[in-house]
Amino acid sequence: MRRRGRRGCIWIWIWIISFWLALGSDAVPQAATGNEDVLAVAGDIGRRGGRLVASLHSDPKCLSPITAVDASSKEIIGLLFADLIHINPYTQHTEAALAKSWKASPDGKRYTMELRHGIRFSDGSPFDADDVVFSFKVYLDEKVHSPQRDLLEVAGKPIQVRKIGPYEVEFELPQPYAVAERMFDSVRILPRHLLEHVYEEGKISQVWRTTANPAEIAGLGPFRLKQYIPGQQLVLERNPFYWKVDPSGTRLPYLDEIAFLIVPTEDAEVIRFQAGDIDVISRIGADNYDALARDQRAGAYQLQDLGPGLEYNFLFFNLNEVDPQKLPDLRRKQEWFRRPEFREAVSAAIDRESIVRLVYHNRATPLWDQVTPGNKQWVNPAVPQPPQSLARATALLHAAGFTRRPDGVLVDPRGQAVEFSILTNPSNAQRTKVATIVQDDLSQLGMRVHIVPLEFQAVMTRIFDSYDYEAAVLGLVSGDADPNPEINVWTSGGATHLWALTEKKPTTDWQAEIDRLMRLQTATLDYRERKRAYDRVQELVAQFDPVICVASPHVLVAAKNTIGGFKPAVMGDYALWNADQLYWRLDRHP
Amino acid sequence: MIRKNKRRFSAAALVLLLVPVAGAGFFAPYDPITQNRDTPLAPPTPIHFVDQHGRFHVRPFVCRWLADDPGGVGTREDCSQTSPIRLFVRNERPVEGQTLNPSLRLFGTDPQERIFLLGTDGYGRDQFSRLLYGGQISLGAGLLATGLSLGLGILAGCVAGYFGSWVDDTIMRAAEIFMALPWIYLLLAVRAFLPLNLDSRQAFLLLIGVIGVAGWARPSRLIRGVVLSGKQRGYVLAARGFGVSTASIMRRHILPQVSSVALTQVALLVPQYILAEVTFSFLGLGMGEPRPSWGNMLAGLQNYYILTAHWWMLASGLALLPIFLLFYSFADSLQRNFPDLDLAR
Repeated sequence: MRRRGRRGCIWIWIWIISFWLALGSDAVPQAATGNEDVLAVAGDIGRRGGRLVASLHSDPKCLSPITAVDASSKEIIGLLFADLIHINPYTQHTEAALAKSWKASPDGKRYTMELRHGIRFSDGSPFDADDVVFSFKVYLDEKVHSPQRDLLEVAGKPIQVRKIGPYEVEFELPQPYAVAERMFDSVRILPRHLLEHVYEEGKISQVWRTTANPAEIAGLGPFRLKQYIPGQQLVLERNPFYWKVDPSGTRLPYLDEIAFLIVPTEDAEVIRFQAGDIDVISRIGADNYDALARDQRAGAYQLQDLGPGLEYNFLFFNLNEVDPQKLPDLRRKQEWFRRPEFREAVSAAIDRESIVRLVYHNRATPLWDQVTPGNKQWVNPAVPQPPQSLARATALLHAAGFTRRPDGVLVDPRGQAVEFSILTNPSNAQRTKVATIVQDDLSQLGMRVHIVPLEFQAVMTRIFDSYDYEAAVLGLVSGDADPNPEINVWTSGGATHLWALTEKKPTTDWQAEIDRLMRLQTATLDYRERKRAYDRVQELVAQFDPVICVASPHVLVAAKNTIGGFKPAVMGDYALWNADQLYWRLDRHP
Repeated sequence: MIRKNKRRFSAAALVLLLVPVAGAGFFAPYDPITQNRDTPLAPPTPIHFVDQHGRFHVRPFVCRWLADDPGGVGTREDCSQTSPIRLFVRNERPVEGQTLNPSLRLFGTDPQERIFLLGTDGYGRDQFSRLLYGGQISLGAGLLATGLSLGLGILAGCVAGYFGSWVDDTIMRAAEIFMALPWIYLLLAVRAFLPLNLDSRQAFLLLIGVIGVAGWARPSRLIRGVVLSGKQRGYVLAARGFGVSTASIMRRHILPQVSSVALTQVALLVPQYILAEVTFSFLGLGMGEPRPSWGNMLAGLQNYYILTAHWWMLASGLALLPIFLLFYSFADSLQRNFPDLDLAR
């Protein structure tokens, strides 16, 4: 009797250990609490209670994962909803979320996922495979026009989903895809019981605007919406049904509430942080970081410089096909912009070292292509990084037929003075400063550059709708270290192919090559091959300058000393990615 | 007598302040757009008479400024290298690509060294030079806009006051609409419709036009009041009776009455319009980079870091104080000279 019992014991241990190894994550699956399949996460054991105050730069536009595109909305949605497989921003690896395990078929085209049993939405309704199937149906529906749809395509064709059992789904990919797991990150699962009838009425795109009643919104994230006062604050409260527990079995999140104050400018944010109104700032500019560093000890807060993240700031020219009747001036100037020697000369003339020093106070890294050193897996160190060289820039312009008049002004082969404008958004002071330095650098070449500060929506309209601009300074942050989410930026026809949105098919050889390489790295399973392809993409971007990358600011965060579990990451939501594990060390806010 | 002295004093003081601004090409040591990227946000250069060995020099000198550490953002003084302050220097060779001519400057120092009387801004540009050149824009815009708006105001006020009836009604209702509109918000919206490429001259004229046209309403109401009472005077009625033409009556009898009011209005409006220009440039609507104006020099102060640690960036704001005080004191002295006119601001 005893011998059989011991053998049985060993088998259970072997089963648990192999199960844990198979998952490959650092989350240990615990036995179900009651009937629930909770996820036990590693980390500090904190104390329940308290309210954390953070801030948003603008009001969120909507709280629906289906249609949200702006940063504020996405930040809140990240706390209200959950995905099947999640990329941990700290480790940059995938981990199990709503899917507790998954298997890939041998040909790499089928993924079978087992979902957690017995967990519930924030309004108490049960979660099952029907919710998953419904969510993907909505995201992939062409009539809904969800921005998520592009991210759920492999080689231009959407994935398909099928329910196998009450807690089992199968995804089918049109072709094998190396990082299929990463595709599911941030694809939030929607509550079928609340949204199915709205979808059938065809009104799903208008659901959950910020005027929605909190009771109408249900998700699987750590928090749920409690209150929203437009222009002032948005308050989230703990989701009592959240499916994660800490190592001691206490259900997460620890915090009772998170309040987001709407503070439009970073300077106001910093002042309120110093005053104690705000507890954590996710992104600080370098100058404010230095201002806070002066008072660090007295203020009882900690500052962290995490090094370069995934953000890259760049200057780009308008290479869209425009109507010569409506925009004749732009058409004329595009003759300059389209010459690769012109763009290369501009890139050679920019003093990146001064930009890093003057604009970012040395808390940035100069860039010559779009991948930052913060992305260790994908950065190509062999891309040439030439320092500023006015001589080289002048030589390139001469080769392209530009000459200097005796009064110093640069003229094109037709004799017209080279003059253009750069759009910026003044609410991002650093990009405006980059534009001012670029303006001064280009004046050394004899170009006359005007800086045009316009309000954010006006800038977006000109870039995405009217194409009525000449050049602009913008920044992009990739959602993931993997190159895949960037496919819309670099391939012709992509939704964020900013500088040439009208280019549905490649118009130059190098663009065709980039298209080919991006598609190749999507389909290949071998990391080394993908790295080779993406390395070549980086070289082409640095050589032909569709965008002229300038610098990547370091990720700078600040938080009060008494916040426990604070582990900022360089990806995603830098400070609040683990909001469900943050807690107050001492008794703080009531 | 005191009144007269006050008028003369404030007028003289104003002229004294305006001369360096008008002659910025001579009084400013550097041009306003050259960036000295090694010394961003440097404090005002201290002027020394005693060197590091303790010797007294009759001719004051400045020390060299270096970056705090290679690639660093702070700056510090290195008094092992000094250069004397000289008068009547020729500016160094213009930077390649700029079209500014080398010219005679009131003071300066050796070509490789720099003297920053009011420190530098975030790009290392000399604040003192920018203050003087920027004053040309701000004060010039204020004066020209006053001229425009007063001109329009006198025209509208005279016509409304003299002709009365429906002409008066129309003009005054229009004036009320102009006074009620929230101009700053309208202009923020208008900027999005303007052509992207506005060079500095066009931006300057646009500023003057906008401020001048937006502000004709208030002076016109005052002028109308003066004309209304003025046209009842005996000699005006007699002239009308004699059949003198309207234009002649306006020119010879009405306008002289208006002139005293107009002069006082000038003294009151100029500071308001200077402030309007500063506000618009601060918000990004007026002068763009790199040309300085007192408004866009202040724009950097919205940044918490600059506001708390770099007091010299407030220079253009502080420069407004004496200008305003002198203008208002001048206006006050004018008002006292004409006590029979009830002038509401």
